[in-house]
Amino acid sequence: MRDYFYSYLKSDATPGAAGNMLWAFIYIMLIFMGLSIAVIAMNWLERKVLAHMQVRLGPMRVGPHGLLQPIADAIKLLIKEDIMPAEADKLVFWMAPLIVVTTAFTTFIVVPFGPQHAVTDMNIGILFMLGVSSLGVLGIVMAGWASNSHYPLIGALRSSAQMVSYEVAMGLAVVSAVLMTSLHGAGIYATGGGSGMGTLSMIEIVRAQQEQQAWFAFKFFPLGLVAMFVFAVAMVAETNRAPFDLPEAESELTAGFHTEYSGFRWSLFFLAEYSAMIAVSSILVTLWLGGWLRPFPNLLAGPTWDLVFSLFPGLTFLALAGLTSGFGALLGLIGLILFISPVRAWVQDIYWFVAKVAVFMYLYIWYRGTFPRYRFDQLMKVGWKVLLPTGLGVLIVTAIVGVL
Amino acid sequence: MTDTSKYLSHLELGERDETFLDSNELVINMGPQHPATHGVLRVILKLDGEKVLGTECVIGYLHRGVEKIAENRTYTMFNPYVDRMDYVAAVSNGLGYCEAVEKLLNVEAPPRAKYIRVILTELNRIASHQLWLGTHALDIGAITPLFYTFRDREEILKIFEKYCGARLTTHAFRIGGCQYETYDGFEREVKKFVDFVRPKIDEYEELLTTNRIWVERTKGVGVISDKDSIALGVTGPVLRASGVKWDIRKAQPYAAYSEMDFEIPTGTHGDTYDRYLVRMAEMRQALRIISQAVEKIPEGPIMAKIPKVLKPPVGEIYHSIEAPKGELGYFVVSDGSTQPYRVRVRPPSFVNLQALDLMVRGQLVADVIAVIGTLDIVLGEVDR
Amino acid sequence: MAPVATPFFFYLLSGLALISGILVITRRNPVHSALALILTLLALAGIYLMLYAPFVAGVQIILYAGGIMVLFLFVIMLVNVGRAEKERQFNKQWLLAIAATVGLGIVFVRVFTSSQTLTELLKRPLAQLPETSNTQQVGFSLYGQYMLAFEIASLLLLVAIVGAVVMAKKRI
Repeated sequence: MRDYFYSYLKSDATPGAAGNMLWAFIYIMLIFMGLSIAVIAMNWLERKVLAHMQVRLGPMRVGPHGLLQPIADAIKLLIKEDIMPAEADKLVFWMAPLIVVTTAFTTFIVVPFGPQHAVTDMNIGILFMLGVSSLGVLGIVMAGWASNSHYPLIGALRSSAQMVSYEVAMGLAVVSAVLMTSLHGAGIYATGGGSGMGTLSMIEIVRAQQEQQAWFAFKFFPLGLVAMFVFAVAMVAETNRAPFDLPEAESELTAGFHTEYSGFRWSLFFLAEYSAMIAVSSILVTLWLGGWLRPFPNLLAGPTWDLVFSLFPGLTFLALAGLTSGFGALLGLIGLILFISPVRAWVQDIYWFVAKVAVFMYLYIWYRGTFPRYRFDQLMKVGWKVLLPTGLGVLIVTAIVGVL
Repeated sequence: MTDTSKYLSHLELGERDETFLDSNELVINMGPQHPATHGVLRVILKLDGEKVLGTECVIGYLHRGVEKIAENRTYTMFNPYVDRMDYVAAVSNGLGYCEAVEKLLNVEAPPRAKYIRVILTELNRIASHQLWLGTHALDIGAITPLFYTFRDREEILKIFEKYCGARLTTHAFRIGGCQYETYDGFEREVKKFVDFVRPKIDEYEELLTTNRIWVERTKGVGVISDKDSIALGVTGPVLRASGVKWDIRKAQPYAAYSEMDFEIPTGTHGDTYDRYLVRMAEMRQALRIISQAVEKIPEGPIMAKIPKVLKPPVGEIYHSIEAPKGELGYFVVSDGSTQPYRVRVRPPSFVNLQALDLMVRGQLVADVIAVIGTLDIVLGEVDR
Repeated sequence: MAPVATPFFFYLLSGLALISGILVITRRNPVHSALALILTLLALAGIYLMLYAPFVAGVQIILYAGGIMVLFLFVIMLVNVGRAEKERQFNKQWLLAIAATVGLGIVFVRVFTSSQTLTELLKRPLAQLPETSNTQQVGFSLYGQYMLAFEIASLLLLVAIVGAVVMAKKRI
């Protein structure tokens, strides 16, 4: 048993690839907990950042700077009465939030937080993520229909049309990134290696970026960047967030598909929405921004630079500790621990991945603070007449450039 | 789903189709508890998918019988009641009523009172437009302008509070003039406010005017032509955005407006975007009027000589002013007693709301929200 | 990597597919039918995975369960379910249909058991396909060997799309 436990630590593969079920289970639990904490943190951050954008303070009462507010809210939601409308379709109503939350969490199985920090590495990794997250819309549609009420129904109609439409543009953008994995050769424009095997595996996609010495966002500049932009817009629509939050537009449909949900069931939708946001941001980071790779892995190569960049996680925590009062000491301690050499090496991949994802999570909040909401027909216009042709064009041009 | 068709015969719903495949038409109740109906307005929407086939406004949820109350109060006692109609523009409401009764009494407020009235009313116009902008943007999905406008509206409310002790339902004016002399530093504070809010209006515009999504959401939405506007009796910024240069402050000057130099901003397309631009321009014009009035404000008494007990001569009077939302008219009938025989209010919100159906028919659900917002209705005034 | 509990998962998934397939036609509520159909499709995707065809399984989930079925639900949700439940569920020929199905099943089983090559095939162990190259194999086949067929199919779909748009436009 002990050997089984320790043997994995020496291997360089993911638990899935190493066939180590114990560690796979540990990873799943870690991701599950980390994700829940991330959702809670995101909830707090969204309220704070949005509040400061809007010249107000946000939650301040529960804990220092309202840090415990999300937890208080979670407790409130758990002990709230769970109402099921009398006319609702009981079974479907009950299943909908489960489907939404299961699909949102399942996608994280293949998200590579580091070369070995993923539950498993599937050879259809990106396809798996897109597929499972596309199942999430089923839950939303079911929720809207099962509520047997008009506002949720319209919300569900909107969301199904919206998500199916934007999946197309999203898929095209993803394909152009996958295509880049097959164009070996180092550098932004170099295709010297000729066309070879591509890959759909999340870890291999990041490895390809390392080998080609270019994040795909900058590959064939500006093609990669345009594809990333298409994906970045589509992913906001895919997760039903402002300015594409029509399925739950509160000024039109009160709360859209989850109008009739309350208490714990509602909190599952909430959890799923934020995990889905993290999931799609992870896809973007993996495909275009080098996943766990630190910035400038080739330009600033060498042990000195490796050391400098590996200090970042600890420095970040120390900076956070400096900003906060209250439990800043805890953050500072974490920061100091992160300076220890083996921990440093182990954690830096995760740090860079999370940092890149965090940028996009911040963007989500920023969008919400800035943009009005699109109207349904305009949303469709953006999806089909702007993003789809752009994605298709980028794909074709990438293929042509790659062959040349 | 509950069958609401029996309440909706006027919408020509007709019989349900025989096959089960035909149920594209949804009838939904928007309101009276709905975040975007600005109070307790209930709009019954007949939808084909997202397209609006027809609307029906159900009003009266906030009916308090204000006009009937007037018949049982003396002229002075009724004065505070008018503040409760359009509660975001209470000062304008009070001004309209006071001037109507003054006309009936055949007295005129002294010049200083008139200037104070202009300053406070224009301040209130800005406050009303700010509240409109915040909620309208919120309805369309931009949540940030709300907090900006409310932050700046606060400064106006502070001036009101310092002047008369109340922030919302001010009861600032009395029949015959003003009860309170301005407080020390009133002019200075108003001037400071004008300098403070001018860049803030630019800030709102920065957030919205060139925002792609805002433009797409408002341009060509809820179009109403000048002819239709006039036919429906629509007034205020909604009328002016359709290109009609009609402003009672210019057409039938009251208070001290004849001595002010300002322009009437008008639009051309009569859509939501033009109404937005017109209101933004009106805020700037209001600032212009305020700064002129503060410069020119004369010294002197603030109350005309009126008897303690008001007994207007037998007769009737109609007097209207340009409230932030449009023409606010008071029709007061006197039978010579201390109480009005009849008071009828012509509320701009009520009349403008008539245009809703015309403006949203054939558009999408989301446009209904935008149009309700752009009409700038206050249900306290619609229902009275 | 050796497959885990293959027979168990095979029977689990095919049982799931069969039961939910039956539910599709017996449920009176069309939304329930559609949901059961999704379950069938997901079970089939699982079976594809067991056949070392992860790409096909992924495409099955994205296209059928995530795309087409969502559109199905989109249409069904607009249907008046209360009335649909009162509609007659089966045609008058349902007895005949069952008889035909059973007959066809017998024919299948007969052919399957009598054919020499098929019995041979059954006895052979499952081919251990290289798991990693499956997607690439599909790609090479589609764009190499079956290029023409693939292009014809895509052209056909394009015609169908254009036709659908034209027909829908006429109605508006």
